[in-house]
Amino acid sequence: MKNNFWLFSGAIILLLLVASALFAPALAPHHPLRQNLQNDLIAFAADHPLGTDKLGRDILSRILYGGRISLLIGVATVSLSLTIGFIVGSLSGYCGGWIDLLLMRLVDILLAFPGILLAIAFTAVLGPGLDHVVMALCLIGWTSYARLVRGEILALREREYIQAARALGGAPARIVWRHLLPNLLPPLLIQATFGLAAAIVAEGSLSFLGLGVEPPTPSWGAMLNDGRQFLLVAPHLTTYPGFAIMLTVLGLNLVGDALQERLDKRNR
Amino acid sequence: MRRYFIHRLLLLLPTLLGALTLVFALIHLIPGDPVEIMLGETATGADKQELRRNLGLDQPLLTQYRNFLIGLAAGNLGRSLYEQASVSEIITARLPATLELALCAMIAAVLIAFPLATLAAVNRGRLLDRGALLFSLFGLSLPNFWLGPLLMLVFSIQFGWTPVSGRGGLSHLFLPALTLGLGMAAILTRILRASLLQTMHEDFVRTARAKGLAEKQVWLKHTLRHALMSTITIMSLQFGALLAGSLITETIFSWPGIGRLTVQAIQTRDYPLVQGCVLVIAVSYLLVNFFTDLLYKLADPRVSYEK
Repeated sequence: MKNNFWLFSGAIILLLLVASALFAPALAPHHPLRQNLQNDLIAFAADHPLGTDKLGRDILSRILYGGRISLLIGVATVSLSLTIGFIVGSLSGYCGGWIDLLLMRLVDILLAFPGILLAIAFTAVLGPGLDHVVMALCLIGWTSYARLVRGEILALREREYIQAARALGGAPARIVWRHLLPNLLPPLLIQATFGLAAAIVAEGSLSFLGLGVEPPTPSWGAMLNDGRQFLLVAPHLTTYPGFAIMLTVLGLNLVGDALQERLDKRNR
Repeated sequence: MRRYFIHRLLLLLPTLLGALTLVFALIHLIPGDPVEIMLGETATGADKQELRRNLGLDQPLLTQYRNFLIGLAAGNLGRSLYEQASVSEIITARLPATLELALCAMIAAVLIAFPLATLAAVNRGRLLDRGALLFSLFGLSLPNFWLGPLLMLVFSIQFGWTPVSGRGGLSHLFLPALTLGLGMAAILTRILRASLLQTMHEDFVRTARAKGLAEKQVWLKHTLRHALMSTITIMSLQFGALLAGSLITETIFSWPGIGRLTVQAIQTRDYPLVQGCVLVIAVSYLLVNFFTDLLYKLADPRVSYEK
């Protein structure tokens, strides 16, 4: 019951966020890039419920459009990382031997860099931009999926039904796809949920440092960075985009936690 | 123990070499001309040639890589493009500030997490336990690039209790350490609570109780001590997150450490300095994990590589 409550709360938060991002053009009261220098740094007005920024752009509209960027980068990063991680992890776990040794050493090397550091260095060298951000976040992102898939395959490959499939002459790719993947899906889904939260925070961090998407594209992290210099006179510039990030990450963590608990119970 | 040390060291060396190679590749395999990226399109041909020669970029890639490793072995990380000093000198001057901040953040995290997790485990299922879990959930969802400005807004701007930025006494440390440590406190609370709950049902705890030991002693001497093992690992893994998090936190609070230095070097496109900073952070992270493994072995002799 308690587990259902958290799962439900998280799902509702995420559903609202995804819907607001998808329907941003219909929901936003203004165009996110429309400037009005006469109405700069307003905290509240009837036609600007969340105020305006230093260029008079509507904060609510920018947050709604910014959600599209955050979710787009998050989903792209998770999809790409998951695909790479699945291929590498399957190869490593199924083939074993020197392939496993080599691939897992590569994972170890990448994991020698704490979290977002390599992404920051990568975007610093290649320059900001949406595609560079996704590439930078995937650079380390795939390693956790590869480890997970490898571990699960190592545990599953000695099971009788896998050995039977092998004895019947099933091709490795078919065995992985038909027999191993269904078992891998639940843990991968949980990892992807937490990965999405991590990617959204990482994108926010990169944009906050000026290494994310390029202005004037609205992004939650970049909005926070812009607002920092007006913290004294216009705290709303910092408060609202940060709240949007927190809410998204909270929703994903709630769903991830609830799913993990269910999986743990099932395995027990 | 000696065998374990050698085994662990042998695992560390290739990883370290791989990490160094990756950092080298970051700068040297940039698509396009790195010199042009650093100096901009308006620089003259002579300036570009001069910088290329200074950075050794006019030599073959393998020679550059060899020189990079030889330089590293001698503690030479190159020279900053804009500050008239070597990269190692600049980093050495900034390192104490980052270590001070990371250490204080860790202390803050431990001071928050340990009592909270213990109280939550003792009062499992009650209001206090739910409060601790909620704190942990929110702590994990608060990005430090939002938490920092929020804390600054409340404690420095509204109440005027702490300085807005800079490095000085304890009052300067309070907000940056809290910003950096809160996420770690959330993770520690969660892990330690789970670990305590698991340890509570172990045979040796039941035996301690059956022997008639006071409840306080059972908790402090047996349950908490045993549960600490899993927490050590998390703390060491989180140390890397603290180092990476220092990039954001130091930038917010103008803390003069390596994190802020890295961001400044990125903004000025001082690539030798960026390379040096990334290298120092990655190597520190690897070494911390290496020493944690050794500590782990010392704390629990059952830990080994044998299956």
